[in-house]
Parts: sequence; C-alpha cells; structure tokens
Amino acid sequence: MSTVVQPVPRSFGRTIGRRFRDWLPALVVFVLVLVAWQGLVEVFNIRQFLLPKPTAILGALRDNRSDLWSAGIVTFKEALGGFAMGSTAAILVALVLARWRRVGGAIMPYAIAANAVPIIAFAPITNNWFGLLNPMSKMVIAAVLCFFPVFVNTLRGLTSVEPASIELMRSYAAGEIETFRRVRIPNALPFIFTGLKVASVLAMIGAVVGEYFGGPLDALGVVIQNNVALFDFPLAWAGIIVASAFGIAFYAAVAVAEHFLTGWQPAADSRSD
Amino acid sequence: MSAPPAAVSLAGVGKTFGKGAVRALEDIDLAIAPGEFVSLIGPSGCGKSTLLRIVGDLIQPSVGDVIVNGKPAHRARLDHDYGIVFQSAVLYDWRTVTKNISLPLELLGWSRGRRNERVREMVELVELSGFESHHPWQLSGGMQQRVSIARALSFDPALLLMDEPFGALDEMTRERLNMELLRIWERSGSTIVFVTHSIPEAVFLSTRVVVMSPRPGRIAGIVEVDLPQPRGAETREQPRFFELVTEVRERLAGSGAATAPTEPALVTEERV
Ligand SMILES: Nc1ncnc2c1ncn2[C@@H]1O[C@H](COP(=O)(O)OP(=O)(O)O)[C@@H](O)[C@H]1O
Ligand SMILES: [Mg+2]
Repeated sequence: MSTVVQPVPRSFGRTIGRRFRDWLPALVVFVLVLVAWQGLVEVFNIRQFLLPKPTAILGALRDNRSDLWSAGIVTFKEALGGFAMGSTAAILVALVLARWRRVGGAIMPYAIAANAVPIIAFAPITNNWFGLLNPMSKMVIAAVLCFFPVFVNTLRGLTSVEPASIELMRSYAAGEIETFRRVRIPNALPFIFTGLKVASVLAMIGAVVGEYFGGPLDALGVVIQNNVALFDFPLAWAGIIVASAFGIAFYAAVAVAEHFLTGWQPAADSRSD
Repeated sequence: MSAPPAAVSLAGVGKTFGKGAVRALEDIDLAIAPGEFVSLIGPSGCGKSTLLRIVGDLIQPSVGDVIVNGKPAHRARLDHDYGIVFQSAVLYDWRTVTKNISLPLELLGWSRGRRNERVREMVELVELSGFESHHPWQLSGGMQQRVSIARALSFDPALLLMDEPFGALDEMTRERLNMELLRIWERSGSTIVFVTHSIPEAVFLSTRVVVMSPRPGRIAGIVEVDLPQPRGAETREQPRFFELVTEVRERLAGSGAATAPTEPALVTEERV
C-alpha cells in the first residue's frame, strides 16, 4: 500500500521550542561547568592571570558593557564585510567552474593548495597593505578565510545533480542559464548554507586575530590584547566572551536565513522513518 | 492525399559506446504511426534506454537517421515535441507538486494564469487533488511517478517517451497506473514509446510490442497486439491476452534473451 509521509509542520516557533528542549541538557552542563570553574578557582586559589573567576569576568563584562559592545560592533563589521566579500567571490567562482569544467580542472589543484596556506599568517602583511586602522586589512583576512568552505560546498552542490534531471531540462530544450537557475542553483542552496555557516565562524576568527596584529583601539581584538598587557585578565576574558557572543549570533543569523530559504527540505525527524 | 508523417521513423540506427568497445544497438529500423502505443521489451542491457534517448535527442546515434514528426530529432526537441518519464520520478525536492508540474510550462513562457489552469487539470487527471502543495519527499513512489507523468503531459507533447516508468513500483500500484496511463493515452491521442521488462505490461498497454535481442540490441520481432480497445481489468483475463504474452515470450527466447545472463539493474550513483 502506498504510504504518505505527513508533512511535518516546520513553524519557526515550534522549531525553536523543540530546540530549547534539545538544548536543555547542554544548558545544564554549561551551568555546572561554570559552578565547578568558580569552585576550583576559589578552592585552589588559582591566580587571576591563569584563570579568573567567572564572577570576576561577569563583573568586568557588566562594568564595561558599552565599551565592549561598541568594540564588538567594530570587529563584527570587519567580519561581516569579509564574509560578504569572500562568500560572494566563492559563489561566483564556483558558478564559473561548474559551468566550464575544463577551467575547473585547471584551477582546482591551486585552490586546494591555497586552502592549506595558514591564511592568518598574512595578517601582518594585509595590515601593511591597507594600513593598521583600515578595516579593509581585517576584512581581507576574513574574506580569504571564508572563501574556501563556501567555494567547495557551492561547487559540490552545483555539480551533485542527478544526470536524469539534467536530461529532463535538455528534453525541454532549456539552455545552460535556465538549467543553472532552475536545477543547479536550487540544488546547491543547502550546500551553500553549509559553507556559509562555517564561513560565519571563520570570519569572526579572522577579524579578531587580524586585530591581534594591530588595529584601531576600539576594536575587540585590540581591547583583549591591551588588557592582557595591562594584567586586567577579567576584562580580557570579558572581551573574549563578547567575541564569542558575536560569533554565535552571526552563525545563528545564517542558520535562520537557511531555515527560510531551504525550508522545503525534509525535516530531519520525518526523514528517519 | 499523402499519409501523415510517422511520429517516429528510425532508419539504420546504430550506437556504439567508448570507441566501438560496446556495441549497444545495431540496424534498428522502425516506424511508429501517430497515436500508437509501442513498447520496447528486451533483456536488461540490450539498449532499450539507449534507443529511447536517441529518439529523444538526448544522445546521438553513431549511424542512422532519426526523424520525429517529419523533422530531425534535434529540431523536434527544440520544438518541445517530447515528454519524458524516467524510471525514477526525477522531481525537484524544492518544488511542490504544483510547481514540479508547471516547470516545463514556465520554460515555455506560459502566463501564470494559463499555467495554474493547466496544472489544475493535470492534478485532476493523475488524481493527486489535495496534494498540490506537498513536496516530492512527502509522496509515495506511485504518487511521485504520477507527478512525473503529469509534468510530461502538461505541455501536450506529441510524443511521450517512458523508460520503465513503473519498474520500481509494487504490482498493485503498477496495475492501477497502467490503467490510468491507458485512459490518459486515449484522451490525449499522443504517441507513446514505452520501455518495460514486463511482458504482461507490454501486451496489456501496447498496440505493438517491439522485442529486442541481447547486445548488440536489434529488433528480434514485432508483435501486433490486436486486443480490443478500450482495455480494462477483463483484458488480462482474455485467452487472446495469454496467447500474446506467450508469443512475446517465445520471441524473446528465440532472440537468445532467455539464455543471456540477466544483469541486475545497475543503479549508478553518478552525479553531474
Ligand atoms: N553512456 C554510456 N557509456 C557506455 N556504455 C553505455 C552507456 N549507456 C549505455 N551503455 C551500454 O549500452 C548497453 C545498453 O544500455 P541500456 O540502453 O541502458 O540498456 P537497457 O536500458 O536495455 O537495460 C549496455 O551494455 C550499457 O552498459
Ligand atoms: Mg534501461
């Protein structure tokens, strides 16, 4: 008999609700780790420069929240700019290589070799090219970091199409552009988002680490480094927490965009039966 | 008065793959009249799919001529003369049932209103009302194949090419879809070329059954199916039906198909 898989309602609120229940154990672990951290630091009298108490970090966070927030914004703008440049370039190059496979064959080895280069090592160079205070010096690092994961995933998505779907388009006398628009690009969309999610994290890393090599005083990486130099470790840790929060929020924003743009996909729990 | 051009006319068609290493088809001569329902039957690997692809201008023959509706196959493809249904439904997961069916209409530049109207007719024709906004993965295999058929028929192609469309379905679904297909064929008046490896299915559906020999594929014989139209459940119980099934089976055996090793259907997971 024919079985029909009932559509699973994928309302955004419901998803969040389910997520919350899924995340509850993780949340408990998080709180336990904080409590243990606080306890260990107090019991063993661990010194501040090794590991500040969570309460000290929270205090620093509260006292400096407006400075840290604006520093976070400065750094996030660099990350966002780099993400936009790197991802756009990656998607465009992937489209070209998917269309002209010969070109792809010639370029792929270099792309893979380039991926093995520790790109962060170029941060002092880009600082030199664009100037320490120019956000472009950090954006370029973030952009280069973002490029590869988006490029590889997009190319895979564009080229992992059933041959029969291409034959079908051919039977409709559809040209290359139509085939890309209606088959290859929609097919690639979930892959592209996989790449973009990785890139969102890398962009934030690229911006912060880029700032460690020098940047404007109101940037998060510089704030963290200066406070380490001043032995204000709770504030340095507070800066790290702000950087993490921006990174997580960025990732979450990409995930939300993914939810709305690829919502047609089977929900994970309806697939498994 | 001259006879209307054949829907499909194959003359001396042959196909070799890989610099002559695989001789898939040889000396295929076949004329199919408009409105016919012709089945191609033969052992797996005898070139049925290859022949269908050649007719549909998806691959080129190594030798021979392919004329469709009085013009070269290439011209016929550009004129949207073909509707194609594969063994797998080949639906696009990101499109709903409605949007999958209207894909060829979008490519043909139909207006939205005209598209919607036609899609509604098609959904009714293949009995999928109520499932318009489902995505393919929410449908059973039989329903997916019905969407695929509706999509192939949506733009009224003169020629429907079907490559084992019901091969992956269970027997009951298959028989039901056989009936639906006959009903659709009677109503639309289109020409159907249908690949199958089921002898009863070929006899039940067709006006002619083309029996092919194992590699290299040739036409081993043609069986005229003189069962009365329209056909129904009782057709399968007529003595003539069994005689024809036996005749096709003997032709297949005579062609060496029975002794040829039957390869399991190869599911290649190649991606392009
Ligand atoms: N693209 C191809 N390249 C090489 N050999 C092929 C290709 N397509 C089909 N063949 C070969 O041609 C023969 C006929 O294949 P096919 O038409 O798929 O057979 P059928 O559909 O009757 O099972 C087989 O031996 C198959 O391996
Ligand atoms: Mg086949």
